[in-house]
Amino acid sequence: MKISGAEIFIESLKKEGVKHIFGYPGGVVLNIFDRLYDNKDIQLILTRHEQGAVHAADGYARSTGKPGVALVTSGPGATNTVTGIANASMDSIPLVVFSGQVPTMLIGNDAFQEADIVGISRPCTKYNYLAKDVRDLSRIVREAFYIAMSGRPGPVLIDLPKDVTASKTEFTWPEIKIRSYNPTYEGNKWMITQAAHLIAKSKKVVILAGGGVILSGGSKELKELAEYTDIPVTMTLMGLGGFPGTHELSLGMPGMHGTYYANKAIQESDLLIAIGMRFDDRVTGKIDAFAPHAKIIHIDIDPTSIRKNVRVDIPIVGDVKRVLTVLNKVLKEEVKEQWNEVRKAWLKQIDAWRKERPLTYTYSNEVIKPQFVVEKIHELTKGDAIIATEVGQNQMWTAQFYKFDKPRTLLTSGGLGTMGYGFPAAIGAQLAHPNKLVIDIAGDGSIQMNIQELATAVINKLPVKVAILNNRYLGMVRQWQELFFSERYSHTKLDESVPDFVKIAEAYGAVGLRATKPGEVEPVLKEAFKTKRTVFMDFVVDWKEKVFPMVPPGAPIDQMLFEKPEEKAEKKLKAVK
Amino acid sequence: MRHTISLLVENKFGVLSRISGLFSGRGYNIESLSVGETIDPQISIMTIVTSGDDQIIEQITKQLNKLIDVIKVVDMTELEHVEREMVLIKVAPKQEDKAEVLRLAEIFRGRVVDSSQRTYTIEVTGDEKKIEAIVELLKPMGIKEFMRTGKIAIAREGIKK
Ligand SMILES: Cc1ncc(C[n+]2csc(CCOP(=O)(O)OP(=O)(O)O)c2C)c(N)n1
Repeated sequence: MKISGAEIFIESLKKEGVKHIFGYPGGVVLNIFDRLYDNKDIQLILTRHEQGAVHAADGYARSTGKPGVALVTSGPGATNTVTGIANASMDSIPLVVFSGQVPTMLIGNDAFQEADIVGISRPCTKYNYLAKDVRDLSRIVREAFYIAMSGRPGPVLIDLPKDVTASKTEFTWPEIKIRSYNPTYEGNKWMITQAAHLIAKSKKVVILAGGGVILSGGSKELKELAEYTDIPVTMTLMGLGGFPGTHELSLGMPGMHGTYYANKAIQESDLLIAIGMRFDDRVTGKIDAFAPHAKIIHIDIDPTSIRKNVRVDIPIVGDVKRVLTVLNKVLKEEVKEQWNEVRKAWLKQIDAWRKERPLTYTYSNEVIKPQFVVEKIHELTKGDAIIATEVGQNQMWTAQFYKFDKPRTLLTSGGLGTMGYGFPAAIGAQLAHPNKLVIDIAGDGSIQMNIQELATAVINKLPVKVAILNNRYLGMVRQWQELFFSERYSHTKLDESVPDFVKIAEAYGAVGLRATKPGEVEPVLKEAFKTKRTVFMDFVVDWKEKVFPMVPPGAPIDQMLFEKPEEKAEKKLKAVK
Repeated sequence: MRHTISLLVENKFGVLSRISGLFSGRGYNIESLSVGETIDPQISIMTIVTSGDDQIIEQITKQLNKLIDVIKVVDMTELEHVEREMVLIKVAPKQEDKAEVLRLAEIFRGRVVDSSQRTYTIEVTGDEKKIEAIVELLKPMGIKEFMRTGKIAIAREGIKK
C-alpha cells in the first residue's frame, strides 16, 4: 500500500520510538500537521516560537538521553530554529529537526517563505538533508536518528519540501549503513594500559570531567575510578552531575568562575585526566599557562577534540563509559597500588586550599542575595530536581551553589551561552518527567527572551517553576563593566523597564509569587513547590552582587579575583583606621 | 608547511560546500582544490593543497575525517607520491620572440594547443617546480591568460617516507 510522505514521516518517527515532538505550523508543513491532527501515538507540543521548540526538544533530550524532535515550517520557521540548533551542536545534544521547504520545483526561485536552511544550518548541524524524493524519506529519517545519537551526538536537520510530503510510495524501513561514518567506541587497549601506569606513577592527579561523561552514561565508571584511585574530580559546566557534587572528592567546577581549589589543583598537578571534555577557553584561561607541570591523558569520542588546544601525552579516542570500564579493570588487575598512601599528601594539600578559599558569599538580612536563593533551592529539593538555567550570573551561581549529584539533572547552555534557553528547556524536561520538580533558575534579562513559552507551559499543564534572580540588570555584562570598564553601565540597566513578572505570570494563567526580603525566600519556594501549576517566582535580589571567584579574561586560572580590587582596598583602609 | 591532502568523498550534492565550509569556518586556507569522479561514479576524489603547522594539519585531517560524507583522508605529504598539475598559458609574444616561445614549450615538453595570429596557447603538465619555471621564463614574453587545474596527487605503491 502506498502512503504519503507525511504518513511516512509519522511511521518513521513511530519506528524510532518518538512520542513527543515540539513544533509550530505553517503553509508547507500542512500535510504533516494534518496527519498529526488525530494521531494517537505522537503528540505535538505547540510552542509559541520555533526557538522555543528546539530548546524544548533539547531539554527533553538532555534530561532523558533520548533524541529531541522538532517540526517547523519553511523560511522564518526554519531560520528561527538556528540558535537552538547551534546551541545543541555546541553541547553535543542529539536532535532531529524537521523543517518544511517550498515544493522541489520552486527551490532556488526565491519562492515565498523559502530559505536555504540546509545551507544556513550546515556549519551548526552534525549533518543535514534535503529530502528530494519521497522514496528516500524513511531511510533519511532512520539515518538522521542514527547520526544524531551515535558517536559524538549532535543535531541533524531534515528539510522536507511540500510536494515530498504529499507524494506517495510504499513504506519501507531499510537497514542503514553509512560507509563513511564509523565512530570509534573502544579505546586503544595499549594506550589505556599506558594511562593506567602513568596514573600509578603520578602523585598530584586531577580528573577533569566534562559533558561526555553524562552523554555516554559513564558516571558510575567515573565514580569507581575516582574512589578506587583516590583522585579528586572537577566537573566542567557540562560535566556537573556526572560526578556527585557532594562527594568528598569533588572539587566543584574549574575555570573562570570555578573554585579556587579546583583551579589550584589543576595548576599544581602532575597529571590531568581529561574525560569527555574539550578544554574550552572558559576552563583553561590563558592557554600557555594552563597546568604547566601536568602530563595529560585525554579520553574523548571525538578525535578532533584531542590536541585541538592543549598538548596531550596519552590520547584515547573512544566512548567514555567503555574506556573507563577497561581502565578500571587494568588498574585493579595490573597496577595495584596502595592508592590512599600515594594520594594522602596531595589530598591534604587540596584540603588546605579548600579551607584557604572556600566557595562563599556574604549573607545579608536586609536584601536577598542571589546565591542564598540557589542554596535554598538546593536545600528544599535535597538535590532531587531537574534544574535549568538561563545565561549569565544566574547560571554561574547555580553551577557554584547547587550541588548536582546525578547526571542529566542540569540543563544549561554551555558552549553557545544562549540566553532564553532555560525556560523552554525546562518545559521539554517537564514533559518527559511529569512527576519531577523542574526549576529554571533565570535572570530578568534572559527570561524575557522566551517568555512567550509561558503559554506552552500553562496550556499543557506543565508545572515548571521559574526562579527569577531579578537584579534589574543584564547582570553578568554589568559585572564586566563594573570590573573592567570603570562602572560605565552601557545598556545593561533594565531597571523600570523590567516588567512585573507576577502580573505577566497571571496574565498567562500561571501563578506569580514575589520575595523582596531574605525571610520571604523560603516561604515563596515552598509555596511554589507545593502547587501543581506553572509558577514564576520574582526574587528581587541585590543588584550589586557579583560572581566570584573570577579569573579575569586572559589570566592563568589560579590568578583569581575574590572581590572587586577597589572594595578590597577600601576594606584594608577601614581596618587601618 | 605545505601539505597535499587527498580525499575520497561521497559524490553527493553539498559535499564540496561542507568541505570548503570546514576550511573557511575554522580559518584554514585552501591553496588549490581539484575534484573529479573516480571509477566508481558514487565517489569523488579531491586533492586539496593547504598549509599550516603540524597541529593545524592534524586538525584539518581529523576534521575532514569527521565529516560524514568523507570516506578517506590521506595526507600525501607523508607518503612518497607523484604530483601533477596542468596549466594552459596564452602568450602574445612579439614577432621576434615567437621562436623562443616555441622552443621553451618544447624544452618543457609542452604542446601548443591553439594559436592565432598574435597568440599561442601552450599546455604544460608537471609538478610545481616545472610549472613555476616555465611561467617565469614566459613572463617576459607577455602572458595574456593563465589557467591551472590545481594539483592532483597519487601515492607510489607501497612506499612510505
Ligand atoms: C542571546 C544572547 N544575547 C546576549 C548574550 C550576552 N550576555 C551574556 S550574559 C548576559 C546578561 C544576562 O542577564 P540576565 O539574564 O538578567 O542574567 P544575570 O546575569 O543578571 O543573572 C548577556 C547579555 C547572551 N549570552 N545570549
